Formats: sequence, structure tokens, C-alpha cells
Amino acid sequence: MTPDKVHEILKAKHAQAVSAFDPNPKHPSIKIAPEFWRVVAKTLRDDCGLDYLVSLTAVDRAAELEAIYTLEVMDGARCPIHVRVLVPRDNPLIATVEDIWRTADWHEREAWDLMGITFVGHHNLVRILCAEDWEGHPLRKDYKSPDTYHGIKNNVT
Amino acid sequence: MAESIQEINLNNDSPTRDNILITSVDQLVNWTRRSSVWPMTFGLACCAIEMMATGASHYDIDRFGSGPFRATPRQADLMIVAGTVSHKMAPRVKRLFDQMPEPKYVMAMGACTVCGGPYIKHGYHVLKGVDRLIPVDVYVPGCPPRPEALLEGLFRIQDKMKRERVLDRERIGLRPKLLVE
Repeated sequence: MTPDKVHEILKAKHAQAVSAFDPNPKHPSIKIAPEFWRVVAKTLRDDCGLDYLVSLTAVDRAAELEAIYTLEVMDGARCPIHVRVLVPRDNPLIATVEDIWRTADWHEREAWDLMGITFVGHHNLVRILCAEDWEGHPLRKDYKSPDTYHGIKNNVT
Repeated sequence: MAESIQEINLNNDSPTRDNILITSVDQLVNWTRRSSVWPMTFGLACCAIEMMATGASHYDIDRFGSGPFRATPRQADLMIVAGTVSHKMAPRVKRLFDQMPEPKYVMAMGACTVCGGPYIKHGYHVLKGVDRLIPVDVYVPGCPPRPEALLEGLFRIQDKMKRERVLDRERIGLRPKLLVE
């Protein structure tokens, strides 16, 4: 499944969902509008055969937060395709895909923990890396480390 | 030890010859104690690899009277904090330290446990030195320290054990302090 083919299928089925396509041979990417993400995800898995979510990562783009899904065909040639979903920073909601790709379960928890993207519909969206009572999302650009944590001074002067 | 033992030769033909030795309780207890330092099995990050190398045959920590790494704090004398201590891990480290019987010793192994190491500025999740949490006897710098450095740290712990006094429960002058700023 080549990126061009994926783009073709998505264009045919969800014309308004695809907002950009970059056929870069090393990192082909497709940008999807967040409100269509779940239906597009189902198409990607069922019609395009991209049955393996390699990774889910998140990027802070100042005004927006971006989730990047790397998809592959499990027993096909290594040809990953990246799907980018951008959401506004002040209301970062993306529909969960944990029931479409099982990998997404923990990856979505990680993206929520560190970047603060809320995955709507996730069955257990709790912190996975930071301590349970941690405040804030550390990988956001405007994150400030706490001065103390449980009475222990955190900053070094 | 040898120089402080008085050998009593009552009589060359006596059956007690070479069998009566006089020393002080402190000397004897400290000698036994420092000859069997049991560290706790406790590796947090990459420093633990060097700690394992120190325990393995090439560097062989057993030569120096240490090495049975215990899987429970209740049987351990020495806590080698080998690796980055995150804020999430800190309460567990404290609990393990509290479970160790007195007299107990702590070695901060590697840059992370000494002061935060490479995480000192941007490591939001890292405890900036384990001495903010538990009192540390010996600091072993390095990233990670070589096995020789860890052995040297053990010798410093053993030096400290030589100065222990059995009747001094408070261990005056030997107890390290928490870093308080």
C-alpha cells in the first residue's frame, strides 16, 4: 500500500477530511481534520489494510497540538505512512482509536500524560509515566517544572 | 586487625597456646561487619549495569567482603542507589531505606543520584540528588562510575565501618545528614 494509493482511497471516501498530503518518499504524511478522524481511521485499517499502528506521538505547535499516527501494513513492505491530526491548544480533543488499533491504548495515555491531548472515548485515560498526582503536561513548550514536589525541592540554583 | 590483637603465650607447652586472643569488642564487631557488607539488589538505571559488572567475576566485589546482593532491605547493610531517581520512584526509595536495619549505609552512585546529573536543568521528573531524600554516606561520581570507582566507594564505606562503636547507638559523628537548603 503506497502513500499515493492511501491518499487516493481517502480522497474518494472522505474528500472533506483530507486537508493536506505530503508525498515525501521518506516521511509521507496525510493531514486529517479531527472531526473526521474516527471514520478515516476505520477506512485506513479496513480499506487500506494499514492494520498496524507503529507509534503515536504528539507535537506542540504553539497554537495547536498535533498527534501523529504512524501506520503500516503488518505483513507488507516497510512503508510507514504518517497521519497528522491537529487540534486547537485550548481545547485539544481527539476521538480515541484504541478499539481500532490496540497499540493506541497506552500511546494515547502517554500523549495525554505528557502533552495533554484528551482522547475522547478512551476507557482509562490516566497518567502512564508521571506520578498519579503530577500537575501539568511536561512536554508542552510552556510547561514550568514545579518548585517542590511532595516537600522536596526540585530546582537547583 | 592483626596489629591490635594481643597473643598470649602462657607456656610453650600449654594446650591453650595460640588459642587465646585479646581484642576489643569494637574491633571485632567492626571487623566482622565490614567483612560482610550485604548490599541491596537495587538498580534504577544504567548505573546498575556497572554495579552488576562490579559483582561479576571480572571485578568480583566478593574479594573485598561484599557482594551477596540481598533481595530484601531487611537483610541489607548497604543501599547502593544506582541510577536516576525520579520523583515517582522517590517514595519507594525512602520506604526501602526505612526498612533497612541499623546500622545502614547509603552510597549515591553516579551523577544522577549525586546531584541530578544530566537532568539537572530540564529533568522535570528527576530528584536532584538522592541526599534530598535519604542521608548519603559516600558519593561516587561518574556517568556511570567505573567498577573500580564503585569498589573505591565500598572501601570508603568500610573505612567508616571501622570507626563504629558498639555502645554508641546514636553513631555520633558517623550519621550522614540530609541535604537541607
